[in-house]
Formats: sequence, structure tokens, C-alpha cells
Amino acid sequence: MSAASKEVTDATFESDVLKNSKPVLVDYWAPWCGPCRQVGPVLEELAQEYGDKIEFVKLNVDENPRVTQTYGILNIPTLSVFKDGHVAKSIVGAKPKSALLRELADFI
Amino acid sequence: MADVRDVIVIGSGPAGYTAALYAARARLNPLVFEGSVTAGGALMNTTDVENFPGFPDGIIGPDLMDSLRKQAERFGAELVADDVTEVDLAATPKIVTTHRDMHRARTVIIATGSAYRELGVPGEKRLSGHGVSWCATCDGFFCRAHDIAVVGGGDSAMEEATFLTRFARSVTIVHRRDSLRASKIMQDRAMSNPKITFAWNSVVTEVLGEDRVTGLRLEDVITGTERVLPVTAVFVAVGHDPRSELFKGQLATDPDGYLLVEQPSTRTAIPGVFACGDVVDRTYRQAVTAAGTGCAAALDAERWLADQDHETPTLSGRKSTT
Repeated sequence: MSAASKEVTDATFESDVLKNSKPVLVDYWAPWCGPCRQVGPVLEELAQEYGDKIEFVKLNVDENPRVTQTYGILNIPTLSVFKDGHVAKSIVGAKPKSALLRELADFI
Repeated sequence: MADVRDVIVIGSGPAGYTAALYAARARLNPLVFEGSVTAGGALMNTTDVENFPGFPDGIIGPDLMDSLRKQAERFGAELVADDVTEVDLAATPKIVTTHRDMHRARTVIIATGSAYRELGVPGEKRLSGHGVSWCATCDGFFCRAHDIAVVGGGDSAMEEATFLTRFARSVTIVHRRDSLRASKIMQDRAMSNPKITFAWNSVVTEVLGEDRVTGLRLEDVITGTERVLPVTAVFVAVGHDPRSELFKGQLATDPDGYLLVEQPSTRTAIPGVFACGDVVDRTYRQAVTAAGTGCAAALDAERWLADQDHETPTLSGRKSTT
């Protein structure tokens, strides 16, 4: 997993995600989550290809309990697309690139 | 045909990486399709692997897979994190297609593993991601001080239940029989854990909850009585099914979808196509047995290639008629 995706935190969530003028895909992850490691490179690829339309960020659930609880995250990886400060789409579990592209069709 | 590979490996668990390692060391320059999000295979969802020989203190599943991956890469295996979408195994050379492009190879080693099985009851799909989970190591963290359930009676179920007691207040193991399939050591560990209780002879008939799991409806398979088990999360560990759909119509399977090989070899009915690991193995399904058959598949492929190269001059005319 490269460091290309920006990390957001409890402290920066509002400015980086909720008040972002672009749609933002938040990747809820943790270092101990194997499937999160697996989906990481796929998200990096998507970020390179579609970064102009949608911003890709990640949030470590272990270190950021406030956002994690606010949005009721119970499974990771969860990928949530925020648009105008609201959750517009949530995808649970590591999925192949083709499936993610289908799910994200409205945003890219 | 310079762009025809000697070996393509499909899959990247212990079987796929071990096949890649042996093929690479045989200088067969294997191309490995790891899968875009399945790279590493089933062990990516585990914590401590305590039964892989050579690691007396255990090893973390994803770390073991990282090591196997690196070891294959060190000897020249080319690893691609992409999904195979189509194969033509009967063709010469064999054709393997991904989202991006098409590849050709003289031999194909199939190591696609297995996928977790679902319960297939109302509420399961809807509440997946809202308390229904297949990955204790991922989602146990969210169960702090909760009452939760694990469904299943095998090693995975015992391992998950034991792991989940780190977080949960209580863990109920729901099992359809009155005895476990799990290994003795895993059974003992679960049974002696004060946080774990068992719901024997019970099947889940519904996952309850509006937008989050609130309980399970259980049916006693002997008395037929129903009851509700109030839990906030349920971890499903009822087994795996072989991932053999890609090969439907080309390779024979048993009624449950396991690919058939000419045991004790890894040869399938199509010359030059070999299969190993959990997609073949309905009996053992261990990391070390998968690695073992992965090794066998690479050796089988190596020998097959050598035989072909040896026979081609004399048999080329006869081969075209078969």
C-alpha cells in the first residue's frame, strides 16, 4: 500500500471530507485488516485514473474513533463516498476493480 | 511464438505462490495472476497461523503471505494483481484473459482457492456490513463489550470465536450439530474460554434487525423450537466453496464444484492444465497442504513441458489429429 492516498483524521475530517467541493471516497481501514491491505492497491489505481473527479482518502479506524462511530462503521474495509457533506454511497468489503467501477459509476 | 509463456499461475494463496516459486526456480518464468483484491488468499483474513511448520511461535496470516509472495518474486515470478476473466484451456497455446489484456501459455496452473460460504437466510445480505461479517480480524474491533455470535463448527469458527473474546463481552457459537468438526486443540481452547457459550443443534433461520443486527432467529434442529438470540454482530464461518466457476464447461468438477485431478498428481483432464490448493482439496484444506500441492503442480508442469519438448519432433504430426 503506497502513501499516495491522503490520510484524514477525526481532526481533519470536516475540512477534508465534509466541506470538500469534490466527492470524496473515504477508505475506512486498519493496519490489522488483511482485506484492507488487499483493496489498498486497487484504490491507488482508481485514484490515479479518476482523481480529478473524486478524491480518495483513508481513515484509520483504530486512531480515529469519533468519525468511525459517527458513521456507524462496523465492518472494514468500508468505502464511503461523501458528496456535499453526506454519505452518498457505501461499499462494504474488498471488491475487485471492475466491481468498484460499477459501484462508483455515478461519481466518475 | 516469443510471447507464449511456459507457465501461467492463476491464484495467489499458499498454493499459487508455492507453484510460482518452484516454477520460477525451474526457470520457467511464471506469470502469476494474483487477483485484484484476493491476493494472498484466505490467510489474509486470519491472525495467528500456528500450524504452518517452521514457525514455532506462529506467524500472522498476512505476514506469511507477504513472505511467500516475496520468495516467489525473488526467483523471478512475475506477479500481476489482476483478475482473470476468461480462459480457453483447450486452445494451443492456452489463453488467459484479464480485464486489461490477453496472455498465452503452454501450461496453466490453477490455484484459485475457495470463497466463504453464506448462510443464505433472510436478513444476511441486507445486514452485511451492518453487523454481519465474514472477517473476525477485520470487524472484531467494532464489537467491544458487545454480545455477538459465531456460526459454524470448524477450525475457522473456533479461531474466530476465541479471537473475538478479546473484544466482545460474550460469544455464542451457533452450530447445527452437537459435536464440532474443529481440531481438538481449537475445541479445547474455545470450550475452556469463559466468554464462549455454545448453541448446539441450532441453525440460523433469520438475521434480525432494521439497519443493524439486533439478533438471530435460531431453530433447534431436534425439537423444532425457535428462539431469538440477541446479538449485535454475527460472524459467519460455515465453510468455503471452491472457486471453479471460471473453468465451467472446460474442466470437470465434483458435484460441489471441486476441480477433479488425477491424484496423486495435479493433472486435470486437459493436457498442460494443472490444479492445486483449496479449489481441488475438499479434505484437508490447510495452508501447508495447499503449499504442498502447489509445489507438485509446478513440478508436474515442468515435467510436462520437458516431455513435450522431447516428443515434439516425432509426435508433431500425430498430435494435430488428436
